[in-house]
Parts: sequence; structure tokens; C-alpha cells
Amino acid sequence: MTTIRVVLPAPLRTMVGLEREVDVTVQGEVTQRAVLDVLEREYPALLGTIRGRADGRRRAFIRFFACEEDLSHEDPDAPLPEAVVAGREPYIVLGAMAGG
Amino acid sequence: MSGTRVLVGTRKGAFILTSDEAREEWTVDGPHFPGAEIYHLKGSPLDLDRIYVSQSSGWFGQVIHRSDDGGATWATKDNDFTYDGVPGEHQWYDGTLRPWEFTRVWHLEPSVHDADTVYAGVEDAALFKSTDGGESWSELSGLRRHDTGPQWQPGAGGMCLHTILEHPTDPQRLYVAISAAGAFRTDDGGETWLPINKGLRSGEIPDEDSEVGHCVHHLDLHPSNPDVLYMQKHWDVMRSKDAGDSWQEVSGNLPSDFGFVIAVHAHEPETIYVVPIESDIHHVPPEGRLRVYRSRTGGDEWEALTDGLPQENCYVNVLRDAMAVDDHDSCGVYVGTTGGQVYASHDSGDSWTAIVRDLPAVLSVEVQTLP
Repeated sequence: MTTIRVVLPAPLRTMVGLEREVDVTVQGEVTQRAVLDVLEREYPALLGTIRGRADGRRRAFIRFFACEEDLSHEDPDAPLPEAVVAGREPYIVLGAMAGG
Repeated sequence: MSGTRVLVGTRKGAFILTSDEAREEWTVDGPHFPGAEIYHLKGSPLDLDRIYVSQSSGWFGQVIHRSDDGGATWATKDNDFTYDGVPGEHQWYDGTLRPWEFTRVWHLEPSVHDADTVYAGVEDAALFKSTDGGESWSELSGLRRHDTGPQWQPGAGGMCLHTILEHPTDPQRLYVAISAAGAFRTDDGGETWLPINKGLRSGEIPDEDSEVGHCVHHLDLHPSNPDVLYMQKHWDVMRSKDAGDSWQEVSGNLPSDFGFVIAVHAHEPETIYVVPIESDIHHVPPEGRLRVYRSRTGGDEWEALTDGLPQENCYVNVLRDAMAVDDHDSCGVYVGTTGGQVYASHDSGDSWTAIVRDLPAVLSVEVQTLP
């Protein structure tokens, strides 16, 4: 089992009553999909707010960052960076700049 | 003395306004869900402390909240509005076909028959039902699967199911309205649906009196006479005396028969209200004067209600879910504007006061009459 630090955007933290970071424990390979699956299982109110309910795809105005890299367009089943797996860096979910 | 609770959905959160029966002093509570578009919030007529909220955001999608204590606290509920089966396709603006795709919940209608039942009207147009207080939803897909479904097309605001009316005594009968498909009725609890658009004429579609394709903006009825329906269409105010089987225009002497809202007085089934808007291009009151119009004859003959409403330099809009009436002995009428004002009348529309100003643009107004 691996514990991953996850940072959520403020509106979602407020909705589920979280502080800035939440620890997510993943079994098996640590991928974006695995982290989000656990996150949504532990906080069902997040279902549909990060990924679509029907298709499981990242919502258009959501971005995934880690280690100063944009992982939004990466394969969701690809391993996360070693620094995230080791807990030195968080996996960041955030709302994209939009609105002018 | 009984109370009054006004539920206001705006572009940036929800607000709850409370007063007593006199409705002269108001307390404003909010914003709830700050920053999020609140398309609609509405309380259960059977459990007044139960309030449902539709929160929509371009970033985070659809969220449903429910309060069981009159809006003091909230809990998120199910937001899975997955269409039943293969969604199919409908008309797109350019004449091509486009798959049905869920965008948001426009309207929540808590049932008058069962406190745990609530309906949701969504974009792209479909009707969902929950029988467990929003814990889970299932589509009443007979509507979307109607033979005319592939002919439905979005209006400028999207292809939304925005109006849901229950028959007050027959749980099997529902009316809905869709922009821009028209009005529909079910007599079997949502299994099958009948387009009820005969008599509507819409110059914006090739066949003016087509079975579907009409941009119905809102419907209302009075529970004492539920076969009589009133409609604000894109253009034209309409009335049906036969549960929607046929419609007659009752625009009469209105300065414009374009508009979005229509509401029926709580105690007078033939007294109805509309807010004329200049045109589908301008979306502002005619002559810069915000006037609610009242007919005491079920339409055709209208009087302007202006006392307390801005009569110069007013260029706000009143959107389709932004008018409501309360049940007090002296019927209250409430109108929310895109300028962020909520105007209220506690004398059936004779006089008006802004009970709050400078909110974000108002998307919806509902009112609860509290014991």
C-alpha cells in the first residue's frame, strides 16, 4: 500500500470538509486512475466533479499536476512520478484558468 | 404568525430570504455554495424543511444538495444523471444530429404526493426521478425516447427540460416543457408521453404548427383547476382548458408577448402573471420599464403592475424560473431579475418592494409559506 498526498481545489475541499491536503492510500500500482478511484470511493460527493459520471474522463476544466508537470493529458493508467509515490510531492487536482 | 421563506438561485450561489406573514422586514442568508451557479432550489411541499439544490459549475459539473433543516445545513446527494440505455441523437443548431449529453439540472420538482419523491429536469432534455430523496436517480426515458426525440433541438439556452408540473390528485399525470421541443404530458407516471402543442404557432420553425419544435418557456397551473394550463412561449402567452390537448393565445393587450415567466395566483385560479420582455433579441423590459402584468380573466385582458417597480432605465431580464407566489391569505408574488434584485408584493401585485438588491444575476425564485 502507498499513501499519496492529494491537493484538491478549494470548492471541492469545502464540499467534502477537507483541509488543503488529503492522504489517499492506494493498493498496487500508483496511477492517476488508482488515486482518483480511491479518492472517489472515500469521498463519494466527489463523484462527477473531477471525472464524468458516464465516461470517467477528466472534466474539461480540471487539470492534474505533479512535480511541476501537467499530467492532464497523460495516460491515466501510467505510473505517477516517483516523488509523488514517495510522498515528497503531492498530486494536485485543480480547476483550470478559465473565465477571462 | 406564519412565516415566509424565499429561495433564490443565482449565478454565484444561493440565498435564503425569510420574513413573517407581513413580509415587510426580510433577513438575507447566504451565499450558500458561493461561486457556483445555482440553477434552482426548491422545498418539498410535504416537508418544508427539506430543500433540494441544483448546483452547476463549468469546472466541477453537477452537484445536488439537500437540506433537512430549512437550509441551515446541507448534504450532497447523488449526481449520476446517466441516460437510460444508448442516449441516441437529437437535432443540433446546424441541422446535424448530435448525441444526447448531460450538462446540468435546470429544475428540481419535489413531489406533492410523496415527500421522498423528487423530479429533475435536465439538459440535454430528459426527466429523472428519485424516490429516495435524491439518493439515487433513474430516467423516465419514455419521454426522451418519444418518436419525435430526434427532431428536438436546443433553444439559445440549451436543450433543457425546465418545467415539471404534477397533477395535484393524480400521481400518474405530469406535464413537462422543453426548449425547444414543446410541452408533453404523461398519464401513466412517465412511461409514455404525448406532445401537447396543438394550437401553438411559432414563426421560428419551418412548420409553424408542428407537433414539436416550439420554444415553450414556462408552464403553470392552479391545483384547484388542473386541466387549465397557462404557458409563456418564446412569443405568445397561451392557455389550454383541456390539459394541453389544445391551446389558445391569450396575449391580448400585453405590450410584448415575449417573456419567460408565468405564474398563477395562489387563491384565484384565473389570475395570472407574466413579465413582458421586449424581444428574443433584446431580453429587456419594453421601454426600460419593469412591469408585471396581471390578468384576472385567465389572459386576454391584462393590467400593468408598476407601483414600486423601476419605471425608467431598467434593462434587466426575468428568467423562466424566477417568479413564484406564496400561499398567504394575501397572496405574495416574487420576481427575481438578472440585475440581482428580488421584488416582492404582498398584495397580489398591487405594490412592490425590492426585498434584496445587488445579488448576482437571479436564475430562480421559489417561495415557501411556513406555518
